[in-house]
Amino acid sequence: MDGINSLRNGPDENGRFGLYGGRFVAETLMPLILDLEREYRAAKIDPAYQAQVKDLATHYTGRPSPLYYAERLSQHLGGAKVWFKREELNHTGSHKINNCLGQILLAKRMGKTRIIAETGAGQHGVATATVCAKFDLPCTIFMGATDVERQMPNVLRMKMLGAEVRPVTAGAGTLKDAMNEALRDWVTNVESTYYLIGTAAGPHPYPEMVRDFQSVIGQELKEQFREREGKLPDAVVACVGGGSNAIGTFHAFLDNPEVAIYGAEAGGHGIDIENGHAASMTGGRPGVLHGNRTYLLQDSDGQILEGHSISAGLDYPGVGPEHSYLHDSKRVTYVPITDKEALDAFQLCTKMEGIIPALESAHGLAQVIKLAPTMTTDQSIVLCLSGRGDKDVESVGKYLGLLK
Amino acid sequence: MTTRIDRVFAAAKEANRPLLAAYIMGGDPDLATGQAIMNALPQAGADIIELGLPFSDPMADGVAIQMGGQRALAAGQTLRGVLGMVEEFRRKDETTPVVLMGYYNPIYIFGVEKFLATAKEAGVDGLIIVDLPAEEDAELCIPALKAGINFIRLTTPTTDDARLPTVLENTSGFVYYVSMNGTTGAVIKSRAAVGESVQRIKAHTELPVIVGFGIKTADDAAEMGRHADGIAVGTVIVDAVAKSLVDGMATDKTVGAVRDLVADLAAGLKRARA
Ligand SMILES: Cc1ncc(COP(=O)(O)O)c(C=O)c1O
Repeated sequence: MDGINSLRNGPDENGRFGLYGGRFVAETLMPLILDLEREYRAAKIDPAYQAQVKDLATHYTGRPSPLYYAERLSQHLGGAKVWFKREELNHTGSHKINNCLGQILLAKRMGKTRIIAETGAGQHGVATATVCAKFDLPCTIFMGATDVERQMPNVLRMKMLGAEVRPVTAGAGTLKDAMNEALRDWVTNVESTYYLIGTAAGPHPYPEMVRDFQSVIGQELKEQFREREGKLPDAVVACVGGGSNAIGTFHAFLDNPEVAIYGAEAGGHGIDIENGHAASMTGGRPGVLHGNRTYLLQDSDGQILEGHSISAGLDYPGVGPEHSYLHDSKRVTYVPITDKEALDAFQLCTKMEGIIPALESAHGLAQVIKLAPTMTTDQSIVLCLSGRGDKDVESVGKYLGLLK
Repeated sequence: MTTRIDRVFAAAKEANRPLLAAYIMGGDPDLATGQAIMNALPQAGADIIELGLPFSDPMADGVAIQMGGQRALAAGQTLRGVLGMVEEFRRKDETTPVVLMGYYNPIYIFGVEKFLATAKEAGVDGLIIVDLPAEEDAELCIPALKAGINFIRLTTPTTDDARLPTVLENTSGFVYYVSMNGTTGAVIKSRAAVGESVQRIKAHTELPVIVGFGIKTADDAAEMGRHADGIAVGTVIVDAVAKSLVDGMATDKTVGAVRDLVADLAAGLKRARA
């Protein structure tokens, strides 16, 4: 059991992590999210539900994902040993499937007949389309028009899986706009439709629920690392978009103060350039959007900024509320990583380890690259390698001048 | 203490007629024209003015009101600017209630206490904040009531009898019944159901009930006005502004277009109980 001073107790009954979280939604949606919470509480203690989640994790996703010692990279960096928790080897190529399987089973329990989701990089869209194919539910994926362009391979995958992909042209055509449009669809079709949110954000109970589904990452990692090295790692690192792979990685370590925890936010063109980054905690302040109070990029009038990141999955002006809480409490150190640093990390990983990481995950790796040389060779850092980079080869190819 | 809102409902009840609440986006298409539109509404037949607070991410609004908000923001509108519009309006009109309608974040960033004091001073009567359900009453609803500003709640087709008391608990001024599950500007599917729902709400509260979302024409106004103490119209008004623009700029037809439309809706509404 976690004690009263545990950092793992949140959220409270109102869905708050300290100041953050809550249920800031239109009345139309309120009865539904209260239902969802009841259903989730019931499922959590239902052995049949738990067994089904476990079975799918093993035989469909391919869990546990390996813990891999990145030997060449470690030697190259000349400090701490670097390890990858290989979520990119999951079915569909990222951590997103962990959450989608948990939620689709809930949607089924609730008798919902249609699924909607937002997506940035398209990884969540692909994972959603995948579980919808498997469980025979129609699905509509909202995706910013800019992202449709820069993540074309994933758009094709979603379509082949039978999903309808709706490009959203409002705003900058990125993740925030996709989420607005998904919420509009949801209020319109609330009776039939389940909104399968892809990150640990949104109104309560989503941040808690998505965290629980992703916490398998940190739990496995802790056990695997202990088996290999007989101790805890000295640091864990993950990239932070909405924050689902990060909270999933961090949660098991929150009450182990000897483990340093780092979240890599999208620093874009640089944190000093207004609207040129998507580092909501380093460069934003608390506000209310998309159902929760959390750190947001916004102007002095409370209008939300679009932000920028080379990585579609991190290009979001907010972050999950539990991260805001962990930021204020200083348990987790959040750092901005620029587009350039992420691109360099992407290439280094590809060339040294033969692993092409997602651009999102490359942000986490860039932090590892900074950190490892400052540590000793008997210390270890574990990175959550949240996804594979197949979806990014075309846009990275363009940046590198490999395509005209 | 009777409020402006209480007084207009009492007068309408006396006259056995439903009220017209007209929604405009504050500062659309530009600040000066937005003010002129607001000032023209009472004469045209609006009993209550719902003044939209522009927000970058209006999750519960359809395209028309989204665009209206974008025009206002592009013209430099701010929360303080909207409060300034109310102040200006009050120089000539002491009786028409003004209800601000929007989303919480700009108010949160402005500062709740400072906002309520400034709004009260400016002559704001009520607030409709879409993303503050009853579960978040401590944020703004309770402080607003203390400051003497009504907090008007939206009830929807998904608000069932079990939930209604929760939703109505801290509601004051009037209750706004959203005629459908959807965003502003969508189409009402079942008109008969709207009347039943209003009766259902009235079984739980003494407050007047107005119906909004999906009312587009004078005939709609006449029909919906039969079921409720008033109706709210927004999307078609914001659309009328949009249609009057040339290259995105106000023309000499803009204010008149809104005035004529509101007069037409008010005339339709007069037939509701005829
Ligand atoms: C591979 C990968 N990592 C990370 C993210 C960011 O999401 P989150 O912060 O919720 O893990 C995404 C989102 O699309 C992703 O595809």
